[in-house]
Amino acid sequence: MTVDIHDLTGKFVSPETRYDIVIVGAGAAGTAAAIEAAHGGRSVLLIDENPVPPGMMGTDVPLFYGGRMTAAAANPGRMVEAIFAANPQLEAAFDAGVEVLLGTCAWGLYRNGPAMKTLPEPMLGLADAARAWMVGYGALIVATGARDVVLGFPGWDRPGVMGAQAFHALLTRYTALATRRMLIFGSDSLALETALLAHRHGIDVAGIVEVADAVRGPSGLLAHVTAAGIAVLTGTVIVRADGGIDGVERAVLRHDGVDITIDCDTICLAIGTEPATELLDASGPVDATIRLVGDCAVPSASAAADWSRAIAAIAPPETIVCQCEDVTRADLIGVQPPRYLDRPAAIAARSLATLGHDGPVDLDQIKRLTRAGMGACQGRRCRTQVACLLADASGTAVAPATYRAPVRPIPLKLLADWDEPAAMATGWDVWFGIPTQWTPYDTIGTADEHAPGLGGGNMHV
Amino acid sequence: MSDFPASASVVVVGAGVTGLSAAWWLARSGIDVVVIDKGIVGWEASGRNGGGASHYQSPLFAEEQRLWPQMDELLGYPTEYRRERIIIQRDPALLDHYRAVGRICTAMGYRVDDLDSAQAQAMVPLTDGTCLGGIHLRFGGHANPQRTVQAYAWALQDLGGRIVQHCPATGFATAGGRVIGVGTSRGRIACDAVVVAAGPQANALLAPIGIDFPVTAARAEMIVTEPAPLMAIGGVDGNGLYGRQTLRGNLAFGGGPHEWIGTTPDGPAARPASPLIRSLARRVAEMFPRAAHLNVIRSWAGIVENTPDGRPILDRVGNVTVATMSGVGFGLSPASGHAIRDLVVDGACSFADIAKLGLARFAALEPDWREQRGWAA
Repeated sequence: MTVDIHDLTGKFVSPETRYDIVIVGAGAAGTAAAIEAAHGGRSVLLIDENPVPPGMMGTDVPLFYGGRMTAAAANPGRMVEAIFAANPQLEAAFDAGVEVLLGTCAWGLYRNGPAMKTLPEPMLGLADAARAWMVGYGALIVATGARDVVLGFPGWDRPGVMGAQAFHALLTRYTALATRRMLIFGSDSLALETALLAHRHGIDVAGIVEVADAVRGPSGLLAHVTAAGIAVLTGTVIVRADGGIDGVERAVLRHDGVDITIDCDTICLAIGTEPATELLDASGPVDATIRLVGDCAVPSASAAADWSRAIAAIAPPETIVCQCEDVTRADLIGVQPPRYLDRPAAIAARSLATLGHDGPVDLDQIKRLTRAGMGACQGRRCRTQVACLLADASGTAVAPATYRAPVRPIPLKLLADWDEPAAMATGWDVWFGIPTQWTPYDTIGTADEHAPGLGGGNMHV
Repeated sequence: MSDFPASASVVVVGAGVTGLSAAWWLARSGIDVVVIDKGIVGWEASGRNGGGASHYQSPLFAEEQRLWPQMDELLGYPTEYRRERIIIQRDPALLDHYRAVGRICTAMGYRVDDLDSAQAQAMVPLTDGTCLGGIHLRFGGHANPQRTVQAYAWALQDLGGRIVQHCPATGFATAGGRVIGVGTSRGRIACDAVVVAAGPQANALLAPIGIDFPVTAARAEMIVTEPAPLMAIGGVDGNGLYGRQTLRGNLAFGGGPHEWIGTTPDGPAARPASPLIRSLARRVAEMFPRAAHLNVIRSWAGIVENTPDGRPILDRVGNVTVATMSGVGFGLSPASGHAIRDLVVDGACSFADIAKLGLARFAALEPDWREQRGWAA
């Protein structure tokens, strides 16, 4: 059979290193899985993206840090020490023979399947601060934890608005939290436990805020919170976060139509979590070699819809929903283009409602029109709220936008394969490498059609 | 959702960029047109491509060049079209090759300036001294494929055309050798004529009515970075890549090996990206060393159909007009839609000779043409 040298067949080689078991995420669940896997002499790799480079934390990757890190977050050596101190089982993993790589993220999972048959084996793309590489695996354990459900309100882009997972990570894993006085949004177990954790660490908890009329969490937990003297404000919504150059200084809340101002340097969003499964979501269905453990195996649970509705009811339409791309709620619901484009009358008349005439709301379509979720944070900060707002506005269910690899932002020069197989360069063409595709039309069927020098290779302009 | 249309003068199967443009042109002529699609508008390769609009090899080239500068105004919606392109190279042989391509364009009356290294660096601030030079096309340009497909769709609706999404075509009803209706998942739409611009699905759709439409599909991939400072001309590529800097500043580039996946009636089961993104990242970093620190934030794949010679098929059989641009459809879409409108209404293209893009050239095509080329899935 003829071989198309421009086809991917034979272009990918097996990774240099292959492990019986690779575990992504060295939290409690991932570390325990690694130790268990190492018994029996199997080769085990345990990776964790923490410590995350300070630049990444600044853009809220992978958690919504909201700029409330201390200077310690910029010291990688100290951060590694803090991670070991926070998870003593990591030492046990080392002792059990697990290869542990911190500061290493998994940005892509690649497997053969529909429309892909050219991989020699399943492989996982990894990167640290110096390089990116691929590893093979016999089994993959995903222990990537959960991420906060994040909602935007006026002032949410100020430093000091952060997620509960990020709060936990900065406080207990990194010991690099700059918070002194905080408000907590949400009242389920996550919020109540966050309040108690903060209280134990000497952080002043100015209150727990809940849009519903009753606390969502268990009464036993609530009793501990009230015993600690922490105020609980139900039926209350955020109007805005005010502040200055150092971020949030106070929150304006509204209860029964009355505005209350509360001084705080941090607003912690503990409204809910979603499993951090973007690595799998971008790759396709889970297969028999893949197992999820820990918080990433727990389905999303959040009060996001309630909160999103309550905030949208009082926040101005110009409230930013997507920080990366400066998309307002009005522009999202109006399906309007970004501000660097003109808005002729015809496009101003378009909206979610007119789009709805053509079929169900498709978030990927709305993304590309509005750019919501298309920015440097890869949609982590806004995807839940974007889906909530569109669902409310359209009166239909709307699935959040999809993920694409790399599921972590990776610099070009790091992601680049500088040692690619020779076949890759040999078979490289701008497009399909079909010479007749570029034959100038007038010469087709003439003596000039096969003139030497042209017609071979890239002629795309 | 809108009511399902019982009939239309013309049904266009496929709301890709070619089908949408054709429908828009038909609607501009006052024709009652319905576009159906298995998914949403411009979802496949039409919305996932480099956005280039400079196709000197095509008989539709002159019309492409005439129309693009007017498209925002004609459609009434932004396409993000920007004029001109630059191709830079760091390999001497490739630079020579593209200089020769530039001379072809110049000979056709379209100005191309050669750039030396210093000139290229001045015009493309993201490159550096490793750039040996390039060519500057004083014609052509690039647009945002995603925004453009929606612009066609909206412009079509503004003219009274209808679009039915999530409505795959299932076959044709014929009478007296003519198509009298298009079967869909939601029922039949009666019609006087049909346009099949269904990309990889066209093959299976047309076979039952005796039209052999030789295409086979492959997966092609692109990557996109976070925004870089805007260059004066964003339509810069080279180094084995196609693509552009978007108006937002993102660098979006593709190229390199593809994977043949064949055609299926239902469309692609998946559009996975592969580790090829690492080789793409390398070539973008080489082309733009001053942007090599930028983060890659997405990759994606598109499914692209190709004909045996890589050239478009634009033809009419009875009252069925068939169209594929063979993987080079976005930039040419203003002109291809015009040509298809002419085929449907007048039976012949009014502005260019497209006879060599007919199905007749495949009359002697071997049944195993895919295997002969190594294009079998």
